[in-house]
Amino acid sequence: MILLAALVAVLAVASPPTLADLEDEVVCPTCQVTLDQSNAPIADRMRAYIRERIAAGDSKEEIKAKLVEQFGPRVLAVPERRGFDLIAWLLPIGGAVLGAAVLGALAWRWSRTPGREAGPLAPELERRVEDELARFDG
Amino acid sequence: MLGAQALAVGLVVALLTLLVWKLVHDEGSGIPSALARGEQPPAPAFTLPRLDRKGTLSLAELRGKAVVINFWASWCAPCKEEAPVLEAAWREHRDEGLVVLGVDFNDLRSDALGFMEREGITYPVVYDRDGALVAKYGAVGVPETFFVDRRGRLVGKRIAGAVNAREEFMRDFEEGVRLALGS
Repeated sequence: MILLAALVAVLAVASPPTLADLEDEVVCPTCQVTLDQSNAPIADRMRAYIRERIAAGDSKEEIKAKLVEQFGPRVLAVPERRGFDLIAWLLPIGGAVLGAAVLGALAWRWSRTPGREAGPLAPELERRVEDELARFDG
Repeated sequence: MLGAQALAVGLVVALLTLLVWKLVHDEGSGIPSALARGEQPPAPAFTLPRLDRKGTLSLAELRGKAVVINFWASWCAPCKEEAPVLEAAWREHRDEGLVVLGVDFNDLRSDALGFMEREGITYPVVYDRDGALVAKYGAVGVPETFFVDRRGRLVGKRIAGAVNAREEFMRDFEEGVRLALGS
C-alpha cells in the first residue's frame, strides 16, 4: 500500500501538469474567482501564460511560484502552508480542538452535577393523587 | 454565567473598535471622495519596482516635480486608447518638471513590457504587484489617473476611464496637468 502511494506520488510529480490542474487553484486577480470560472481578459492571458509554461516544461509548483511572483500570494486560491498564511490552516484546526475541549469540559461538568431529588408531595396533592388512582382502579 | 456574558460583550466591543480604527486609519481609502469635495489630500507615499528599467522608484524621489499617476494594465482597451495622450503630455511638459508615472497592476510582466514597446511609452512605469498602491489611492479599476503637485498633494479630479474617452475627461486631464505644474 505504501509502495503504491509512493508510486502515485512519483508519477504525479513526473507527469507534466495540465491547464485544468492549475485553473482551479489560481485566482483571477480582477474578479476574485478561480480561472476556470472567469472569462475576464486577464484570466485569458493567465491561461495562455500557464499553457506556455507547461510547454516550456515547468512543474505545477514552478508555474504557481511564477504567478505569485507577478501577482502576489492573492493569486492562489488556497493559501500557502508557510509564513503568515499558515494561520489560515492552523486557526480552523485550533478552533476545532478548542471547541471540542470546551464541549468535553462542559459535558464532564454536567455529568458530575447531582440531579435534583424529587421531594415528598404536599399532603393535599398526595391525597388527590390517591383519589385519582382509586377512581382509575375502581 | 455573568462572566461569560461579559467576556462575549467585551469581545464584540473590541472587534467593533478594531473595525472603526481600521476604517479611520485606512490610508488613502477616502481619496476619491476627498478629491470630489475639492480637497487636496497628501498623495500616499510608495516605493515600487520599475518596469522600464532596473531598480525602484518612490514618490519621495519626485518631490518638487508635478506627477501624473496613471494606473493601467496591458489587457485594458481604454489604456491603449489613452497611451498616446499620456506620452504626448510627458514629452510636452517634462522640461517644465512634469513626470507621467505609469503604474501597471493585475498584469503579466511580459505583457506589460510588450504593451509599453508597442505603444511607444517612454515615461517611467512601476509595477504594483499586490495592488497595494491601487488600494491606497482608492482606485477601483483601470485606467485611472491622479495628479500630484510639486508639494506632494493630490490636485484636480481623479479621472476614472481613458483620459481621452470624453471631452469632459480631456478637460479634467488638462486642468489636472496645469494644477500639478502650478501654472
